Amino acid sequence: MIRITLIFLILATPLSARAVNIFACEPEWASLVTELAGDNIEVTVATTAFQDPHQLQAKPSLIAAMRSADLVICTGADLEIGWLPLLLRRAGNGNIQAGSPGNFAAAEFVRRLEIPKLIDRSQGDVHPQGNPHIHLHPRNISRVADALALRLAEIDPGKSAEYDARLADFQERWAIAMDQWDERAEALSGLRLASHHRSFSYLADWLDLEIVATLESKPGIPPSGAQLAALLEQLTPNPPAGVIRTPYENEKPSKWLSDRLDIPEIVLPFTIGATDEVVDLFTLYDVTLRMLEEHAN
Amino acid sequence: MRQLVEEMRQDYETRISDLEDRLARTERLAKSARDDAGEAVELAEQTAIDQSSGASAPNTFNPSIGAILIGRYADIDQGWDEIPGFQSGGEIGTGDSGFSLGEAEINMKASVDSLYYGNLTISVADEGGQTEVGLEEAWLQTTDLPLGISVTGGRFFSASGYLNSFHIHADDFADRPLPYQAFFGGAYTVDGIQARWVAPTSLLVEVGSEINWGSGFPASANRETSPGAWTLFSKVGGDVGDSHSWQAGLSHGSADAVERSGSSSDLFTGDSDLTVADFVWKWAPQGNSTSRSLKFQGEYFRRSEQGVFAGNPYNGDQDGWYLQSILKFAPLWRVGIRHDVVDVSNGPLLVGTSIEDPGRSSFRNSLMVDWSPSEFSRLRVQYTNDNVLAESEHQWYLQYIMSLGAHGAHQY
Repeated sequence: MIRITLIFLILATPLSARAVNIFACEPEWASLVTELAGDNIEVTVATTAFQDPHQLQAKPSLIAAMRSADLVICTGADLEIGWLPLLLRRAGNGNIQAGSPGNFAAAEFVRRLEIPKLIDRSQGDVHPQGNPHIHLHPRNISRVADALALRLAEIDPGKSAEYDARLADFQERWAIAMDQWDERAEALSGLRLASHHRSFSYLADWLDLEIVATLESKPGIPPSGAQLAALLEQLTPNPPAGVIRTPYENEKPSKWLSDRLDIPEIVLPFTIGATDEVVDLFTLYDVTLRMLEEHAN
Repeated sequence: MRQLVEEMRQDYETRISDLEDRLARTERLAKSARDDAGEAVELAEQTAIDQSSGASAPNTFNPSIGAILIGRYADIDQGWDEIPGFQSGGEIGTGDSGFSLGEAEINMKASVDSLYYGNLTISVADEGGQTEVGLEEAWLQTTDLPLGISVTGGRFFSASGYLNSFHIHADDFADRPLPYQAFFGGAYTVDGIQARWVAPTSLLVEVGSEINWGSGFPASANRETSPGAWTLFSKVGGDVGDSHSWQAGLSHGSADAVERSGSSSDLFTGDSDLTVADFVWKWAPQGNSTSRSLKFQGEYFRRSEQGVFAGNPYNGDQDGWYLQSILKFAPLWRVGIRHDVVDVSNGPLLVGTSIEDPGRSSFRNSLMVDWSPSEFSRLRVQYTNDNVLAESEHQWYLQYIMSLGAHGAHQY
């Protein structure tokens, strides 16, 4: 009987008395939730900047982390479809199932680009809900921050005033930074680039970059030699300023193309942790803009 | 006077440049306000579209549906359909030479309501011109229990061993390893209930138990009385840095066999106790398996059976193991190697029966290469040096595995 009482005591420990356990699928959301919640949380991040969030497996360490999570923050829009549903089923944790307050999908709160007209696998690994790589548009971050702060307050109502204050502080700093970035963006408008995968569509939308070619002719399908050769021929008369890719994408196709076109291969950080310099969302945007500026002329 | 004019001039210049700065800032603000307004309109439009196109069609709640197509061409001399010294269960063996369709699989899964998740897998296979439909899986699982507990009920793959909970289309070779064929008849399916608990630790520690009323080999049906088999299992796993991950498992189970038959008419009645230890280790540079990865896995099976076999007192021990390694060496290409073996020690009393000691191990060595242009298709070629029977033989398999519809799960 004493033992049962003890178990109930542990169960009844309110969140306000302990840290909120966060399971973040990608580093950008781990960084955002840290901005909004400070020391009130413990964060586990499922992927690093060097791992493709499409490709991950439901590995044991993630099942264990999911088991104790109070809030799961992922991109959604089917980015994690290969592994997240399996983790949710394996973890035995009723608080974080889809549809409950403990399950937060960032893509629900922003306007998504590239929603396909034809949903058929002949078109590659298409995402019916649109391109899920939403975090490289600063206004998306701002919108997700609003929604996430509300969710934190719902999960942990005891500290809702603190989450409110932190959100206001973050939004203020973010608006100032956005103002500076928007100013720098003017010089990048119209910059022509080739991209390995459609990983930078939101960045291109924001900065008005012109993605003249995608190395993967269909999303998620590695380009063949023949496809690359055709691309080379197409781009030779008027080569773009560079080939961009994420740190986790196969370097060979973009190396091959950039060597032959004699243009730089630009590995953009894509998310937090890609280089020592990229430690949060602010530095992520700073470094990304700086790298593009270096190749803009 | 001149100084005064100079001061005034400077004052005006400062003011003008201030004004210019303010104008530039106002223009930027105006531009960003315009952008925001534009986006707001687009967002409003999309919301309106999303809401107005919200379907009320009766198929809105369709479960996620997937189908798997498997087929192969095989070059086999003699082949086998039972392993010497083992009473065979399930569908095992090399199959026939030539082109054959494997199992086609249809899977449906969805949340039932806020408490349960359900899954149905139907297999359709061609058996010598006859179409055979099988109920491979039909289970529901709780999703809302607290404290890391989940309960599964219905027909499901047992959590014994590592490979058993995978569908065959996810296998790395064209056939299951020998211990799986010998001890599980390919796969051990439970008709009953399973409870599992995940510990609140950063290392995965999971324990669970299953009770089986079904007739899935190695159990045998006797539904009216008591459950025919039970299993206890545990799994431990974690990461070592970003590049390595691992999982180890141990399970022990016992099945009551009542007049269990194999391919011969010899019957077995008694207890069958099986222990399985499994280990898998995976590596990818910085955990990024896009271009390269390595997987190493092995399992060890040990079984003891006591009872009456074909009228003789029987107290036999069998064991088996396999080791395999898969290397992904390019984005679309993998190569794999496997050694699998089973051994029998059934004793002198069974000489003359269908499970007489063959006096030697049955083993195979296999090599495979497969090509997957997307997550949804795979072509494979496999060579096996087969020593299940006394006479060694060379076997070749060409196999295709196609996945239609719902996105498959990246099971570890």
